[in-house]
Amino acid sequence: MTAPALRLDGVCRAFGGLQAVDGVSLEVLPGERRALIGPNGAGKTTLFNLIAGALPVSAGRIALFGQDVTGAPSHRRAALGLARTFQITNLFPDLTVLENCLLAVQAHTPTRFAMLRPVRRYPALLERARAALTSLELGAMGDAVVKNLSHGEQRQLEIALALAGRPKVLLLDEPTAGLSPAESRLMAGLLRRLDPAITVLIIEHDMDIALELSERVAVLHYGRVIADGPREQVKADPRVKEIYLGA
Amino acid sequence: MSPEFWIAQSFNGISYGALLFLLASGLSLIFGVMRIVNLAHGSYFMLGGYVGLTVALRTKSFTLACLAAAVAIGLVGVGMERFFLRRLRGEVLGQVLLTIGFALIFQDLALLIWGGDPYTVPIPALLTGTTRLGGAVFPIYRIFIVGVAVVVGLALWLVLDRTRVGAMIRAAVDDAEMAQGVGINVPRVSLAVFALGAALAALGGVIGGGFLGVYPGADFEVLPYAFVVVIVGGLGSLPGAVAGSLLVGLLDNFGKALFPELSYFTLFAPMALILAIRPTGLFGRA
Amino acid sequence: MIGRRALLAAAVVVVLAVVAPLLPAYPLTLLTQALIVGILAMSLDVLLGYTGLSSLGHAAYFGVGAYAVAIMATERQAGLVACLVMGVVLAALTAAVFGLLAIRATGTYFLMITLALGMVIWGLAFRWVSLTKGDNGIAGVPRPSLGALDLSGPVPFFYFCLVSAAVAWALMGLLVVSPFGLGLKGIRGSESRMQALGYNVWLHKYAAFVISGVFAGFGGTLWAYYNGFVSPNDVQLVTSVETLLMVALGGPGTLIGPALGAGIIVFLKNFVSVYTKRWLLILGGVYIGVILFAPSGIVGALRGRRR
Repeated sequence: MTAPALRLDGVCRAFGGLQAVDGVSLEVLPGERRALIGPNGAGKTTLFNLIAGALPVSAGRIALFGQDVTGAPSHRRAALGLARTFQITNLFPDLTVLENCLLAVQAHTPTRFAMLRPVRRYPALLERARAALTSLELGAMGDAVVKNLSHGEQRQLEIALALAGRPKVLLLDEPTAGLSPAESRLMAGLLRRLDPAITVLIIEHDMDIALELSERVAVLHYGRVIADGPREQVKADPRVKEIYLGA
Repeated sequence: MSPEFWIAQSFNGISYGALLFLLASGLSLIFGVMRIVNLAHGSYFMLGGYVGLTVALRTKSFTLACLAAAVAIGLVGVGMERFFLRRLRGEVLGQVLLTIGFALIFQDLALLIWGGDPYTVPIPALLTGTTRLGGAVFPIYRIFIVGVAVVVGLALWLVLDRTRVGAMIRAAVDDAEMAQGVGINVPRVSLAVFALGAALAALGGVIGGGFLGVYPGADFEVLPYAFVVVIVGGLGSLPGAVAGSLLVGLLDNFGKALFPELSYFTLFAPMALILAIRPTGLFGRA
Repeated sequence: MIGRRALLAAAVVVVLAVVAPLLPAYPLTLLTQALIVGILAMSLDVLLGYTGLSSLGHAAYFGVGAYAVAIMATERQAGLVACLVMGVVLAALTAAVFGLLAIRATGTYFLMITLALGMVIWGLAFRWVSLTKGDNGIAGVPRPSLGALDLSGPVPFFYFCLVSAAVAWALMGLLVVSPFGLGLKGIRGSESRMQALGYNVWLHKYAAFVISGVFAGFGGTLWAYYNGFVSPNDVQLVTSVETLLMVALGGPGTLIGPALGAGIIVFLKNFVSVYTKRWLLILGGVYIGVILFAPSGIVGALRGRRR
């Protein structure tokens, strides 16, 4: 029996008196596409921060491919194949698009400690970086400085960075945030073409895109999972309808 | 080492800590509200001492000297914040460099105006001499310093805890953006806190001038002490400033008495220990 | 790119090498001083301009290097190589220990901690009289000789410093364009993103801190030979502050900018002190002027880069 790619057991996170994440248990199998939806403030991004290691849990356990990573720092989890994107674009604004991608590519290689040769003397790295950019249709923008990119292009770069490290588990935090409907369609197209071997957990506000990209959906409300199953089942769940329509 | 030695040294440490508290409390609040390092804080201390010296010599009144120094340097603080620091709102490094620039200017101005000789601020006869308490001898002036620090500490605590202004300051320390969002005029709070910090530092300078003296270089000499207090006590925390001041005062004093060649080291060791365990200081928050 | 910059730097080095024997003694010594201080400024740029860590205690490593040479040269009559190695190794050790404390902190805390640590070294220099002769300083550091080469004359010593500065610049220049250097720029840009990508950010910052300290220490060793005299003034807060200004003035994150800034400050300081004693006043004014009107420094402004 294969270990789940990601497994959460009773994960909690409290901020003072507020339980942002309240006993979330989840299992995502390798290669699965799972959407995480819920109203604003339901705790979705906080959950991502916990899974990625940006925040420590108050209680519960997190496992990646069967390995307990509850206390592990972010870079240890990344080494195990975890990658994430940020809801609020988090790139390297003063560096070029290519340099951004290079950072992602070299992160898991010993080359990141190389100090005596210029970056451009590592053709393998440059190749991988350019390939990652091309797969997200940013191939022509290599020399552009990131802060000069449009919002849509930056969101694409967000994903390119996460993919460049060849992850096994990908956490996508609202990839279409701030995009126009046309741009969202493009983004959805890109995401549909992701390598099927990658396990993807996606937070998405746009219900249509969320349901389109994933087979199973988990619904978060006030830090708790109130529904978790195939998308048709969740779509028809009266409790889910209530929190979205009633909110 | 006789018990008299320990008692005397402890008391010296506490009184030096009291002086540091006057400096560090303002510095800590400024950090808390504005998130900047004010490298001119030592300059406020030194300038306060010099201004107090001049006023004390002219008017023969120690009280007037303290008042004049606090007001004068408070105004300097207002000027710095309002016309210079505010221009760089949000740019931490820029603001820090600005305060450095001012610190250098103040140091040279002090040299220009008051010359290079060290002075001692004349203190009222009432506060000179010593007194016997429980078999040990204590200089009255040092008791006075501790008294002033206690009064200031209590006053700050009361203001912060019981008044509306204090609540606004605490809100700004907690989360400046949120505070602005609920209608607190954060720039005005920043200005007030900055001026208060400057005034307290100046007061410390006058009082310190009575037993440590006022001399060129006092600004950069006292600055790291104030910093270690805030690092150890925690940013933006009044109880932290108290704990830090006492700790630093005692450790520095005992360090100087017992290991004179390694005196700064005794400052370094507790700081190192505390940072290893709690990087945000004893009472600080991340 | 580096090709063009390396060519430019090589040209500058050649020009300086050719011009040196023709210069009168005073400008030559100032130029020598500018080269030495330039190494210090560049070392701080690696930490501040490239990694984004603002340190106010950099004079500490400079001072450790200088004192090591001074003590070894005057008391043990140690040769050039031994002194240089000792100076650099001790500076590295100091940075290694201080880094353990400082790197845990960020932003404001980091600034304060590095300041306090810098003062610790000053305090040791001032109070550990049996080792450092305290306030009197250590005098009589002889100009070195490298085997048969006597470097004591102003021109040979200048060449020695020129070569040293060029080597230091080349090594640091390679560092900042290497993958590791790119990582530092990433940390400056967004630490959280670097964490998410899988970098052990603490380790990279720590390495940058120690490397920066090594080069600062190297500058300090040359300083001891140049000045012939090392005192607590070389490790005082004002020295760290001046170094920070050199970086800000020249342009953080450009390497050559801070070296240029060092040159400007050295010449300004010596020029100004002929006419007035108010150097600190002017330095303070320059500081404020740079921060308010040219925050990306001279080189940054020339490159049209807004930080």
